[in-house]
Amino acid sequence: MTQLVEAGASLRSARLRLSAALWRRPWLKLALLLAAPVLVFAVVYLGALASLFVSAFWQIDSFTAAVVHKWTLDNFRTLWHDHTYWRITGRTIGLAAAVTVTDAVLAFPLAYFMARIAPPRWRALLFVAVLLPLWSSYLVRIYAWRTILAKNGALNWVLNGIGLPDAGLAYTNTAMWIVFSYVWLPFMVLPVYAALERIPDNYLEASQDLGAKGSRTLRSVILPLAIPGIVAGSIFTFSLTLGDFITPALVGGAGSSFIGNIVEDKVGQPDIPFAAAFATVPVVVMGIYLLIARRLGAFEAV
Amino acid sequence: MDVPDVRLVGVRKAYGDVIAVDGVDLEVASGEFFTLLGPSGSGKTTTLRLIAGFERPDEGRIELAGRDVTGLPPYPRDVNTVFQDYALFPHMTVAENVAYGLRVKGVPRRERRLRVEEILQIVQLAGLGNRKPSELSGGQRQRVALARAMVNHPQVLLLDEPLGALDLKLRQEMQIELKRIQRAVREVGITFVYVTHDQEEALTMSDRLAVFNDGKVEQIGTPAAVYERPENAFVAGFVGASNVLQRFGRTFTVRPEKIRMSADGGTRRDDDNAATGRIRDVVYAGMFTRYVVDLDDGGELVVVRQNLETSSTEALDARGRRVLLEWRADHAIETKPEREENHDSSS
Repeated sequence: MTQLVEAGASLRSARLRLSAALWRRPWLKLALLLAAPVLVFAVVYLGALASLFVSAFWQIDSFTAAVVHKWTLDNFRTLWHDHTYWRITGRTIGLAAAVTVTDAVLAFPLAYFMARIAPPRWRALLFVAVLLPLWSSYLVRIYAWRTILAKNGALNWVLNGIGLPDAGLAYTNTAMWIVFSYVWLPFMVLPVYAALERIPDNYLEASQDLGAKGSRTLRSVILPLAIPGIVAGSIFTFSLTLGDFITPALVGGAGSSFIGNIVEDKVGQPDIPFAAAFATVPVVVMGIYLLIARRLGAFEAV
Repeated sequence: MDVPDVRLVGVRKAYGDVIAVDGVDLEVASGEFFTLLGPSGSGKTTTLRLIAGFERPDEGRIELAGRDVTGLPPYPRDVNTVFQDYALFPHMTVAENVAYGLRVKGVPRRERRLRVEEILQIVQLAGLGNRKPSELSGGQRQRVALARAMVNHPQVLLLDEPLGALDLKLRQEMQIELKRIQRAVREVGITFVYVTHDQEEALTMSDRLAVFNDGKVEQIGTPAAVYERPENAFVAGFVGASNVLQRFGRTFTVRPEKIRMSADGGTRRDDDNAATGRIRDVVYAGMFTRYVVDLDDGGELVVVRQNLETSSTEALDARGRRVLLEWRADHAIETKPEREENHDSSS
């Protein structure tokens, strides 16, 4: 019994010594906190990215299909001169932009209602409604849309039912636009909601007090303060669309290939260096996008 | 009095079961500095918000310069508000904040710039127009909020505890500053309606004040009138320390600084304007000392004495001593007892 008590006391004093030692050395505490994430970030994330960039400058031996570790810009030269790749890149960026704008337009009123008008019960319900699709597999949802948009699908069935002709959306860029806008919408709603919810009521009162009607308050006060949220959401919708290859493969048509589809093809051939070279394009595009967003002041804390 | 700038007639506002404003009648003259004074939850801020148009009354009528605005939203009302926490737009510079009201009304750019410059001069912020609100101190933000409201030359300026977020020293400076600004804009004829829970602030700044309690107005008058002739026990207690005396079945109040305190010689004097008792508590406050005296006839009185020739140890030593309290007959003011309902629903 006494032994147990003594053991407990010495354990307590050892713990105290340890925590005191940590208290005296804040850098050690920080190191313990960050060691694991920094290691993973440096090795797994940056390492993978670096090997991608490096292999983009290698080449494939067309005879043996082995990777030749010789520095060359051939992959980038092909990308630059072949119009097909320009068209694919343009399509990918264009659709990503269209999806982003669509989601922003759809998400803003919904998020505004959730953040500023809806009573708590409604708000909870809408949250579930927005998040519910994320609980099911992304693939399942895209297949669902495939059946909705198919020639004999639900959409045409409804249209025919009310006496309209087929929509003919199956396997088109429009179909991709609809599906992308649908799957990424929650990623826009949530940050916009967070931004709108943070605006204090008395900013809106102050605006009205100074003579502004609702539309003016929306333009001059609410929208500028919601911009960081919209930009945050657009980074999600834009980059997720930019890197996708499943939706184009499943609901897109013959002329709907994305950068991701070509990369997948090339990996399968296998031509890893060319796939890597093409894969740097969305990385660069995203980098430019973030630079523009920063230039517009989207990351400035207000 | 001409047509009052602000007139409330039987205004009532309830939130669910809670009655925030319970039948308030008020008239504020043009150019007046009028204060709504009361404890928190007494309905003073709600009254201000009703005048601004942020809330709609359940009953009653609100008039601005003779015009019925009861059913109007905030933007067409010729009033501007200085919010308690300023509500400056964080994404705009100081100058943009101040110019907002003018821009909304379509004032041309040149005139806008001149008026913004002029008002920033008045609130002593000239040259800070390009700063963001986040780069300013609390007192400076306060001035920006003031400038943003006043630049529109509203008929009525509404101030909701505008100095509440400042520390004591800055608050006292801003009180003087605010009075200076009010005098500076008096020629334009801006009426100030000022909400505060600080009785000292109300007494120093107001031309007239209304004491609020439980959604009702207890008394309206000049600071001197409210302080020297409180109509009932609540006003007496809230504006100044509560010193209530029961004599002959009537209630009187005597201000603590109006009581002369001396050592009790043991001679029981038969005087209506005196009492004997024992000092129960001594609070030394630097400039003065507050003594709480238990009276022999029951009840207690607070006496405030300047520490003219008393040191802190002498003051604290007085605890337990027997004393004689005397006051001038005209300093004992008869007050009606506090309304019964005040005790039921203290919000």
